[in-house]
Amino acid sequence: MAALSEWQRRLEETALAPVRRTGLRYWALVAFLLAVIGWGAYAYFIQLRDGLVVTGMRDRISWGLYIATFVFFIGISHAGTLISAILRVSGARWRTPVTRMAEFITVVALVCGASFVIIDMGRPDRLLFVFVYGRWQSPIIWDVLAITTYLTASITYLFVPMIPDLAMFRDRLAGRTSRWRGWLYRVVAIGWQGKPSQRRLLASAIGVLMILIIPIAVSVHTVVSWVFAMTLRVPWNSALFGAFFVAGAIFSGIAILIIVMAILRRVYHLGEYVTEKHFVYLGYLMAAFAAIMIYANISELLTHGYKLEEGVEFHFRQLFLAEFAPLFWFYLLGGLVAPIVIALLPATRNVRGMVVAAILVTFAMWIERFVIVVTGLRVPLMPYEPADYFPTWIEWSLLAAGLALFALLITIFSKVFPIIAVWEVAEEHESMPVVPETVEPAAPEILEPSGGTS
Amino acid sequence: MSDRARHKRPALEKPEQPEQPEQSERPRPDSSDVAQGGYRVGRRGLLRLLGLGALSAAPLPVLPEVLRAALDIGDPPRPLKKAARAANGRIRQWTMIIDLRSCDGCQSVGKPPQCTLACIEGHFAPEPMEWIEVFEGELPGGGTQFIPTPCQHCQNPPCVNVCPVAATFSTPEGTVLIDQDRCIGCRICMAACPYDRRFFNWGDAPVPPESLLVDYSAEHQVPVRKGTVMKCDFCPDMARTGTLPYCVQGCPQRAIYYGDLEEDIATNGRVVVSASRFLAENDAYRLKEDLGTGPRVYYIPGHGEAVGRDVFTPERQPTEWPWMERVEGAVTWQR
Repeated sequence: MAALSEWQRRLEETALAPVRRTGLRYWALVAFLLAVIGWGAYAYFIQLRDGLVVTGMRDRISWGLYIATFVFFIGISHAGTLISAILRVSGARWRTPVTRMAEFITVVALVCGASFVIIDMGRPDRLLFVFVYGRWQSPIIWDVLAITTYLTASITYLFVPMIPDLAMFRDRLAGRTSRWRGWLYRVVAIGWQGKPSQRRLLASAIGVLMILIIPIAVSVHTVVSWVFAMTLRVPWNSALFGAFFVAGAIFSGIAILIIVMAILRRVYHLGEYVTEKHFVYLGYLMAAFAAIMIYANISELLTHGYKLEEGVEFHFRQLFLAEFAPLFWFYLLGGLVAPIVIALLPATRNVRGMVVAAILVTFAMWIERFVIVVTGLRVPLMPYEPADYFPTWIEWSLLAAGLALFALLITIFSKVFPIIAVWEVAEEHESMPVVPETVEPAAPEILEPSGGTS
Repeated sequence: MSDRARHKRPALEKPEQPEQPEQSERPRPDSSDVAQGGYRVGRRGLLRLLGLGALSAAPLPVLPEVLRAALDIGDPPRPLKKAARAANGRIRQWTMIIDLRSCDGCQSVGKPPQCTLACIEGHFAPEPMEWIEVFEGELPGGGTQFIPTPCQHCQNPPCVNVCPVAATFSTPEGTVLIDQDRCIGCRICMAACPYDRRFFNWGDAPVPPESLLVDYSAEHQVPVRKGTVMKCDFCPDMARTGTLPYCVQGCPQRAIYYGDLEEDIATNGRVVVSASRFLAENDAYRLKEDLGTGPRVYYIPGHGEAVGRDVFTPERQPTEWPWMERVEGAVTWQR
């Protein structure tokens, strides 16, 4: 028992450490990220003043980097849903230390993604029209509805399982932190005392949420794909698009989760809880989704390419041979094949290998979104010379600012809220067979393979 | 259901023993749920939850109306006049018939396409917008044909279907218009249009100052508005007063007919034809008919043979915007 409480104390200390100590490096990072965001704000100011003419988009390729980044961010928002909901439902126990980070990513990525839609609008001053004059027949309105629902649900899903940890923060930091923090934790812990009735309520709330959030998450990315698939553009004309986008979303979500995990693990010394096992299991999961993506690409490209209907030949030429060939081949080989190889080779089946694979996947999936958006619009509709699209410095600046905002929000979150689901990890630890005297009644459950879902 | 439920049980049950009164007050099925395996929603609870979820979605379809009422915005009257009616009282159905046999891309005139120019001058269309654009298409056996292409004014318009705020809409006269005061600039209509007939005001468009004095109407989109989409409006305001659209007036070969399918009449300004007979007898077709968009613009196949064009003489003069030199410091852009 003494060993256990010692273990528990160390865990709580680890979770509290980011809140207690704030080093110079943290402020340097925040300043840097703020500088990037400020630069993006300047670029956006120019865009507001002069119009979208400052971007590389024109009539024939009327969507570009902004929409690609929007799709990318909505995609990585699936990290949280996948890890915490799907793995929770399927009873994969190894997920507990990383759930909280995944749920952070979901909320933050949704905020960043939604802002890119607004950045892309020609008349952001008329944003309210979307609600006032909204037509339910429009895929854009489906998007607005799905994303706001998902944002609400994922904030709830982040918050509810965090309540016991917030209460722990409230109790452990009482009188030992700034006044606003004490106030914040008192408010957000909403009177959690760890009573059995509260625990029961919490458990059933999580049970409902984790089921509800899965269809919401799937619908969100399906609807995002329908913004493209509901148009009469040859490369987007695919019934597979929804499923393909959802698979890609989860795929890139895992990659971002691995990267964020690696960074937070190093910065906050979480090595004891976020272990190599977690990286390898997530790497397996990523490899499995890479396989699904390969399958989806083959079915998509073969059904189009075999028949080579009007416009498809042009599309295939730009994808495989001409303008977009380097990007597309990088996506196929570096983004889909390489992660599988890295996960399969014993030599690279470690933290470093998985992080490299995750970085490859992140780049590849952004590129895939970009290629889908731009090549889809580039196929000529009438007898004219195909247009070209090169993002301008304004667009690159805003992309950088978006990524900086993502990093900044994660950074701030990790300083204010518990980045590890302390009570869940503790419970997990209690039910481990290493300390059999505390878990005698739970013995039958141990027969269940714990990491089998990878 | 989940691992957490099961392994929580030991932790849950032990401290629960002292709280016997609370436990005994609980209804029977619920406590058996707890005994069976931690939290469970139960069939009835789940149904209730789903029902509530469905109920909460019920007001969504009327949400915009509620918001408009609450914010006192109201559905502003479209800047439209009453639909024109034929003598029999039916609403006119505007149509355009383009006789490609007479279109030589203005090669014989030695000028840029005059339909485009007339449209640009009439609408103060900024560079590089060609609301009616003369494409040069390849003929299957070699050689080329010129295809003047305005907005096709589809009867199943993909652009209207996808617009989130009803900024682009179909009218009773069968035209498709854009309200630039409503457009939010999301450009999904441009992605949806299969004819590449929509143009965006990427910046402060180069237009002459006199255009700013015109009263705006969705039927006559002057002056331009930055950050919104524009296109051919089919000039119904002019048709109602008995004037032909600018492009019809501008065509030196009289290749463009404009008329009313309801009255079954069309004219190029010189001859008046029975629209249905003219279309049927000359094998008329519509662009990308297989898409099911149902355009209101018809084409009579040809390659300028009626005005003596040789199919193997390619290229037309590039379009010009007459006021470019009159606008100081104008920002322009390429398509």
